Amino acid sequence: MATTIELKTDITGSVWKVLKQPGDRVDEEEPVLIMESMKMEVPVMATEAGVVREILVKEGDIVSDGTVVARIDV
Amino acid sequence: MLRNVNKLLIANRGEIACRIIRSCRRLDLRTVAVHSEADASALHVALADEAQPIGPAPARESYLRADRVLDAAKVRGADAVHPGYGFLSENAAFAEAVQASGLLWIGPSPRSIRDMGDKERARALAHGAGVPVLPGSPRFAMGELANLEASAREVGYPLLVKATAGGGGIGMRRVDAPERLRETAEATQSMASKAFGDGTIYLERYIERARHVEMQVFGFGDGTAVHLHERDCSIQRRFQKVIEESPAPRLPAAVRERMAEAAVRLCRQERYAGAGTIEFVVDADTFDFYFLEMNTRIQVEHPVTEMNTGRDLVAMQIEHARGKLAHLDQRDIVARGHAIECRIYAENPAKHFMPSPGRLARFALPEPSDDLRIDTGFREGDEVTFFYDPMIAKVIAHGPTRDAAIGRMIDALDAIEIEGLAANVAFLRATMRHSEFRAGNVFTGFVDRFKADLVRV
Repeated sequence: MATTIELKTDITGSVWKVLKQPGDRVDEEEPVLIMESMKMEVPVMATEAGVVREILVKEGDIVSDGTVVARIDV
Repeated sequence: MLRNVNKLLIANRGEIACRIIRSCRRLDLRTVAVHSEADASALHVALADEAQPIGPAPARESYLRADRVLDAAKVRGADAVHPGYGFLSENAAFAEAVQASGLLWIGPSPRSIRDMGDKERARALAHGAGVPVLPGSPRFAMGELANLEASAREVGYPLLVKATAGGGGIGMRRVDAPERLRETAEATQSMASKAFGDGTIYLERYIERARHVEMQVFGFGDGTAVHLHERDCSIQRRFQKVIEESPAPRLPAAVRERMAEAAVRLCRQERYAGAGTIEFVVDADTFDFYFLEMNTRIQVEHPVTEMNTGRDLVAMQIEHARGKLAHLDQRDIVARGHAIECRIYAENPAKHFMPSPGRLARFALPEPSDDLRIDTGFREGDEVTFFYDPMIAKVIAHGPTRDAAIGRMIDALDAIEIEGLAANVAFLRATMRHSEFRAGNVFTGFVDRFKADLVRV
């Protein structure tokens, strides 16, 4: 039975690049999207391998610390 | 040629905009600040004589919009533009547009900006001026690795395989011996092509214990130039400077002299005009030094040099641009004592120095004095937004000796109170107190090497 995990950003910033789409496979530690904050690019990485179920943000969105940005079926 | 300037527009924000305004006051120039929507009530706006909005918060929609900055200059009737650092400061097309609008550009010629902005061309120019450059290979496009082994032998081991599109430590891999070369080159190409959309790589000599030492230079545009001594910027995190000082500790005088001569040679050859910085990587063990790049603008850490030499580099830039600065002789430049700068960042050292935007609920700084300078663009209650750089202040301490300057710095850091966001003050204090730092044993890997002593997790 597949479980779904949530990926959160631990930084406030804007969504710079969304790298994965629903249905894409991701490995553990693989970046799913990249946040931009204070001129620094901070990847949000898959905490486990799986398949992307949904991406909850789009490029340019402003997202605060702790927000769920993606769900992954593992 | 003498140029009449009454009103100067500062195409920047934060502490550097405030600092440029200070020099303008001294020179009796009126100032125009530009600002994004996020900065409408920022300190630089409050300090300037006039202010003009230039767009929404993201820098690419405001501070990086050359057209809007130029419009602001027109609307406000400014006759000169100072770009500060970052943003448009090393954009040759912007410098040209400023000049084409009949405004005075406070910076080097667009030609010099372009020469030094192209890293390969800059290396070739340095080499031509007899400045040592780090041994490197030609570029290898994606999938093309002909003559890789021969190139590597020429560069020498250990070496780095670097992605041309990379930067800030991303897209770099170290190779210690020929056996691992080809697979590492292939892996780097593949990674770079995925991450940056460009798989081009090159090889560069790797220096085990490297220092970053740079020379402050000032050119007069006619093939004459002086240096204002060096700054050691080896203490870095995330490949970015956090502490700078001058003189560079434990750097033999002969090496310092050769670096200064090399820097001035490059400046002369370039017929460089105004303030610039020539960055070198120095082998901490052999003191061999190599040209890294030249920054064609005022540098964040320029106050270190100002504290030691008593010169106002920003005023010199402005006076030179308007034809009022007399040529300086190298003997006129005298550096006294020791200066150290600490950059106060809104970031969390315990979380890999991750940025920490927020509101400065409390922001108390020590009183400036002859031996303590503080440059900031913030006041208590201000928001440090995630749209821009995390630097909230620069603290610069001076003393007759390095120990005295460090002591003064520790007192200053002790007096800083910041609440509302994470800042790196305790990390800076721990570094100032660290026995290896006190001994002058600085190198770019310092923070990683002594992390356990410097960062409380």
